[in-house]
Amino acid sequence: MGDFLSRGWEALTRRIDTWLFVAAAAIVMVGLVTLYSATDQSLARVQSQAMSLGLALVLMWIVANIAPEKLARIALPLYLVAVALLVAVALAGTVVNGSRRWLDIGVARFQPSELMKIALPLMLAWYFQRFEGRIGWRDFLLATILIVVPVYLIKRQPDLGTAMLIAASGFYVLYLAGLSWKIIVGLMALGAVAAPMIWPMLHDYQRERVLTFLDPSLDPLGAGYHSMQASIALGSGGVVGKGWLNGTQAHLDFLPERHTDFIFAVFGEEFGLVGNVILVLLYMLLIGRAMVITANASTLFARLVAGTTTLMFFTYAFVNMAMVSGLMPVVGVPLPLVSYGGTALISLFIGLGILMSVQAHRKLVAG
Amino acid sequence: MPRRFLFASRRRFGGERGLGSPELRNRERELFLFKRRLTVAAALAVVAFGGLVARFVDLQVIQHSHYQTLAETNRIAIVPVAPNRGVITDRNGVVLAQSYSAYTLEITPSRVQNLDATIDALADLVDVRDRDRRRLRKLMEESKNFESLPLRTKLTDDEVARFAANRYRFPGVEINARLFRQYPYGETASHVVGYIGRINDRDVERIADWNETANYKGTDTIGKVGIELAYERQLHGVTGNEEVEVDASGRAVRTLSRRPPTSGQNIALTIDIALQQAAEEAFGDRRGALVAIDPSNGEVLAMVSKPGYDPNLFVDGIDSASWQELNESPDKPLLNRPLRGAYPPGSTIKPFLALAALESGKRTAAQTIFDPGFYQIPGQSHRFRDDKPGGHGTVDMQKSIIQSCDTYYYMLGAETDIDDTARFLGQFGFGARTGIDIDGELSGILPSRKWKRDRFGAQNGKWYLGDSVSAGIGQGYNAFTPMQLAHAIAAIANDGVAYRPHLLHAIGGSVEAAAAIVDEQPTRIPLKPQNIATIKAALVGVNREGTSRQAFVGATYTSAGKTGTAQVFSLKGEKYQEKNVNERLRDHAWFIAYAPADKPRIALAVLVENGGFGAAAAAPIARRVLDYYLTGAKAAPASDIESTSGDDESD
Repeated sequence: MGDFLSRGWEALTRRIDTWLFVAAAAIVMVGLVTLYSATDQSLARVQSQAMSLGLALVLMWIVANIAPEKLARIALPLYLVAVALLVAVALAGTVVNGSRRWLDIGVARFQPSELMKIALPLMLAWYFQRFEGRIGWRDFLLATILIVVPVYLIKRQPDLGTAMLIAASGFYVLYLAGLSWKIIVGLMALGAVAAPMIWPMLHDYQRERVLTFLDPSLDPLGAGYHSMQASIALGSGGVVGKGWLNGTQAHLDFLPERHTDFIFAVFGEEFGLVGNVILVLLYMLLIGRAMVITANASTLFARLVAGTTTLMFFTYAFVNMAMVSGLMPVVGVPLPLVSYGGTALISLFIGLGILMSVQAHRKLVAG
Repeated sequence: MPRRFLFASRRRFGGERGLGSPELRNRERELFLFKRRLTVAAALAVVAFGGLVARFVDLQVIQHSHYQTLAETNRIAIVPVAPNRGVITDRNGVVLAQSYSAYTLEITPSRVQNLDATIDALADLVDVRDRDRRRLRKLMEESKNFESLPLRTKLTDDEVARFAANRYRFPGVEINARLFRQYPYGETASHVVGYIGRINDRDVERIADWNETANYKGTDTIGKVGIELAYERQLHGVTGNEEVEVDASGRAVRTLSRRPPTSGQNIALTIDIALQQAAEEAFGDRRGALVAIDPSNGEVLAMVSKPGYDPNLFVDGIDSASWQELNESPDKPLLNRPLRGAYPPGSTIKPFLALAALESGKRTAAQTIFDPGFYQIPGQSHRFRDDKPGGHGTVDMQKSIIQSCDTYYYMLGAETDIDDTARFLGQFGFGARTGIDIDGELSGILPSRKWKRDRFGAQNGKWYLGDSVSAGIGQGYNAFTPMQLAHAIAAIANDGVAYRPHLLHAIGGSVEAAAAIVDEQPTRIPLKPQNIATIKAALVGVNREGTSRQAFVGATYTSAGKTGTAQVFSLKGEKYQEKNVNERLRDHAWFIAYAPADKPRIALAVLVENGGFGAAAAAPIARRVLDYYLTGAKAAPASDIESTSGDDESD
């Protein structure tokens, strides 16, 4: 009996990386606690998030138990399906708030761009793995096309934020695959030069966001409002915060989107600088552990997928906190593992599952 | 593009190591390269998170107090609590204006998507009339969009309950308890009390000039006319406030602290509302003005302007139909006649000119002239006609006043320099504002050489002898307000001691405080006692045996008076026939009086517009008012005395 139990426990935890799991669990707990406050003590919201969490953990476990090689095998079909769905969205998607991002599949609405977040790194990593050892500039050119197609489709939904994040994940694969620094620096320089030319091509609301980021007081009641109120929430929190459930910015409705993209403002207001630093340290623990896993990965595919997943975790966390604290323009990026939202939570835990799979399936051969 | 360019480092690490197979070496190289890239990324992540933490320190430590203030400003709203406006009473404490609290249905247009549909839906719950809709439209034109504007005022309890149950359906619509002004006497004394109305842009400037902007935060009405305007700052009171916690939509969540408002000061007027009513009733339907003053202190006992208007119409915004009716009526009900109506004084000026002649030595009381019925300037053919055909014969000063002999004053006018006359009359307040404590008073016209030159220019502004002759009987350029004449006759009644007319009797219950505001220091006109006695005796004669004797038949007190008729229409020397002249062009009737003659308690001036002869139209009104004030007798509106032919026709 005890033998059975211990074997069951072994099966359950064999592929689970302790440090990664502990860091993620701690952040998720922070998220649930903050969510309870941000939703004005709505247990329903917390329960709903907890249900998503349950599903996410199951998916994480499943993915952790799939060897990276098997993931590599589904990379191409997954990518093609994701692109096909994006095309379907463009042709027959559901419009919400002026953006065509969703596919109605009867029971629920589904955002193919979420799928692409996983599919693109897998696809690129699979490609580089396949041509390992003889990767040339043509491969990078093709990889660029593989990135540009979905990014373009998502950008025209329009969802510039997600498009940029997916472009970033593609770039991370190229970077880790060894794209020349000259190209990277060259691209950056090109971007700096191109920015004034891109400006007229942006949508009004996008320009507005950039302008109000540069000076939120330009429009304190309009687009700058979110940014201002979030800064006020964080700033008024001080060193130790106003205490859980006591944030006035949060509870008197001054904070917009406070259980989703701006949940960090609620956290920062109620738990102060101390809470913020602890949260940043938790993210660093998670990302640090993920980097160790990445460094130990045994195949190029595993390295690239794990590395990209790690860097995306960092990107989400950093962009969200930088946006909330007024260091970046407002873009629709949730705080990973904290913001309310099932889809994001599931995607992130699948990412963790991939990392755990890479760690669990590494070949202990001398490199 | 060469491969080397893209994979610059590969070759560099290539041949150097010489370990194992080339493929293994390749793998090692790749792994080394990968780890270096990962290390660079890790370093960047650490730097980025470090930057974030630095930003947190900036926000939460360095700028903490700034943001804390902003958060508190967000959270805490100071809500003004409007004070109760002071009550206005008459001198005996009868309420003329008061405030009461009532529920108002208010709409903030900027928060309502379809205004008409919303109002239609509201009309199912509360009674909304067309008038209410029109008024709201008018208010919307006049106000900023984000203001909350009344749709319906004075809701019943039922209506309040019905709306409260349906409130969720109407964002941007709410019920507020507001203070309303009510004028229980309506038209009576409306020009004295005035009214309040919604604060407009001009009022906002006025409030800013007083440095009272903060104090008016919770107030949406302000005195517009009359006492309500003149004593606005005393009536208003001090706004209190409530510190409330509000959410982002501005809704109060809870009260944190409260400083109660201080009510405005109550004001008691010098007006006796019963006397005022008696006077207004005495006018009947006629247009005109009456000012009654206590000569011993300048208190205005009654101040009539007929027709009046109902000030209650203005309180919560007058609808445009009522406004148009008031504003465009040929009867000019909004004109405050005692202060803003300037009329030629006619013969009421004669006692003042006689006094001037006595003081200057131009005439003695006994000196006589012969009146053939007209006066001619030597060497000119134009005849200045006396009202009495054939003339008054031999006339001394007494008779000139009692019978209102024009020729006596034509001659006197011709002999007297107009500037001397102007200087003398100026002492009685003619041609200058009396300084009564409500706004809008005209200064009238006291002609002099300088005045004519300023008015008509050097070319046409030359003063002619004929001007002096006309001025001698109060015609020509002279124009005075009823207030000025009342003030002047009060000064005669009080033997040359003139008090500034005023309406404020007590403020905050204190007569002394009121006295400090209105400054009751009199001016003493230097007059010889025997001269003023001569004039007063003649004025008593007017009511006893002169032009107004019929109006004063049977009076139980002795009174002094003087009739006057002000020409509206120049007849170019023809005989004036009342029935031949359009009603609006008929002469204005004047009467000035005081009583009792030996110890005057009341002095008054009455003007009846287009009333014809002063003796016939104005004197009976004066009689009613004097009777009421001195004996308490009240009767039906005074009717004109049938004008009789013969020598009484003169005024």
